[in-house]
Amino acid sequence: MRETTRGTPATILTYLVVGVAALLFLAPFYVMLRAALMTGTQVTDPDWRWLPDPFTLQGFTDLFDDPSVPMAGALGNSFVIAIVTAPVSTLLGSMAGYALARISVPGRGVVMSFIVVTLMIPASATFVPTFVLVSAMGGVDTLWGVIVPGLFNAFSVLLFRNFYLKFPQEIEEAGRLDGLGHLGVYWRLALPNSGALLASLGALAFIESWNAFLWPLVIGQDPESWTAQIALSTFLTSQSINLPALFAGAVVTVLPLVAVFLFAQRYIVQGIAATGMKD
Amino acid sequence: MADTVTARQATATRPAGVRPGRRGRRTDWKAVGAFTLLTAPMVVGLGLFKYTAIGWSFLLSFSEARGTVDLGSWVGFDNYAFLLEDEAFRSSMTGIVLFTIFIVPVTFGMSLGLAVLLHGVRRGRAFFRTGFLLPAAVSYVVAALVWKMSLFNGLPSGVANTIGGLFGWDVQSWIAGTDPPLYWIVIITLRLWLQVGLYMILFLAGLQAIPVHLYEAASLDGASRRAQFRHITLPMLRNTSVAILMLILIAAFQAFDEFYNVFMTTTGNATAPVRPPLVFLYDTALKGQDYGVGSAGAFMLTLLIVLVTLLQGRLVGFGRKD
Repeated sequence: MRETTRGTPATILTYLVVGVAALLFLAPFYVMLRAALMTGTQVTDPDWRWLPDPFTLQGFTDLFDDPSVPMAGALGNSFVIAIVTAPVSTLLGSMAGYALARISVPGRGVVMSFIVVTLMIPASATFVPTFVLVSAMGGVDTLWGVIVPGLFNAFSVLLFRNFYLKFPQEIEEAGRLDGLGHLGVYWRLALPNSGALLASLGALAFIESWNAFLWPLVIGQDPESWTAQIALSTFLTSQSINLPALFAGAVVTVLPLVAVFLFAQRYIVQGIAATGMKD
Repeated sequence: MADTVTARQATATRPAGVRPGRRGRRTDWKAVGAFTLLTAPMVVGLGLFKYTAIGWSFLLSFSEARGTVDLGSWVGFDNYAFLLEDEAFRSSMTGIVLFTIFIVPVTFGMSLGLAVLLHGVRRGRAFFRTGFLLPAAVSYVVAALVWKMSLFNGLPSGVANTIGGLFGWDVQSWIAGTDPPLYWIVIITLRLWLQVGLYMILFLAGLQAIPVHLYEAASLDGASRRAQFRHITLPMLRNTSVAILMLILIAAFQAFDEFYNVFMTTTGNATAPVRPPLVFLYDTALKGQDYGVGSAGAFMLTLLIVLVTLLQGRLVGFGRKD
């Protein structure tokens, strides 16, 4: 499988198939940009044209001028939610993972099971009761109501535990000799040496939180508390007359993530490989 | 009871080397303090948002709870019986099973195929990988927007109809038409676009873990490429494949975003040709304020997911013997 001899028909065919597939995968991005930069009449013109003629940013101005879609505020909400969720959920996972791997206390196995059992509960079983709980706590239409239930990820605990199990004992012992306790060793030595895993899981958490739909939809009923996804979904289903503005909304919702993605791709790929392979 | 069993298993599987020196029978209170501090946020959070939530919901599923989440008016299995007889819930369940039957093999096959192809590509592999993975960063809402308003918008200007026009096909309405049910093409291609890249990355990692010498030895023995794929690649990808199948399956049963956004109109989603269980539950519990029936539905869906997962594990387990 590996020996790719250059220029053989099989190799050319491989490149052809992969190239066509890549074009298909990238085409929707082009379609989105094309419509966002066109005028309304151009978008619905049955005669296909490849590029907007003329280019116009009217869609973007319309989008942010539309009072019925609070897109700017929604993007701000999404940003706050993702920027809090990513580091906090990753840190909580790392803390628990370290304790489970490295601090031997009676009852550790029970705590481990308590955490791991929650992996078997599909998210679909919890959104109704979680709504009930969070609304009883006054979390409807608040940002913390969107953020807090998403901070506790048993899966990242498991990944961090596996990582810290392999953490060199010598480093830990050196820390002990310097007078550090368990917390000191974790904070000064273990955590700073988990950069790659923190970055991988943090980047994934950022993407997941930015793209989340069901939970923000359930909890954010007032437009003030909408995330970008909810604002866009409302825009999509409420009116569809201003197509360039609608596609401009899609572009501004996707753009931050494409940037994060291209910037942190190495970590994202590692993160996917790590989270996919649970065992 | 179940907890103690799993606890024992967890202890048994712990590598022996990592246990710090034994301190006899004396409890190390400093260690206990540190352990508690580090695990408390996670334990409290999961306790609240998983255990308490599930427990409450379980009780609600046996209560009449319309417009209230207070417990008290117990109705036994009435909520479950109501759902089993409800035409809308039943068609939502059959709809999701149908969707899963389609989406699982197609996603699996496409991601495996792309991974094998990409594994054979030397130059430009990183570029292609980025191209396939980039859609994974896009939300279902954005994808639904592009699919609904551009690719399959049912107008002559839509991409699918423009391409169809080149072949002389009639303009199709895609989402609104139910005969034939072309909306499945819309729904399935949308999910493929978002997910194939993710699973392809997992398959690529699996392929890269296969030792090259296996292929070299097979080549020396004169095994064809096809034989190598069947007798080396596929068996070596067994664990990866099982994990990926499970992920695709569980994700499919919990589909919500694309169904909600593709079929939602200005008058709500009452006209949607398919309402998967999560959309049904959302409508029942959050729009209709019937938390009892909503909770019962959530547990029936969970039961279905667990059963199918176990069944799949069994089938794959049987296959291992030959």
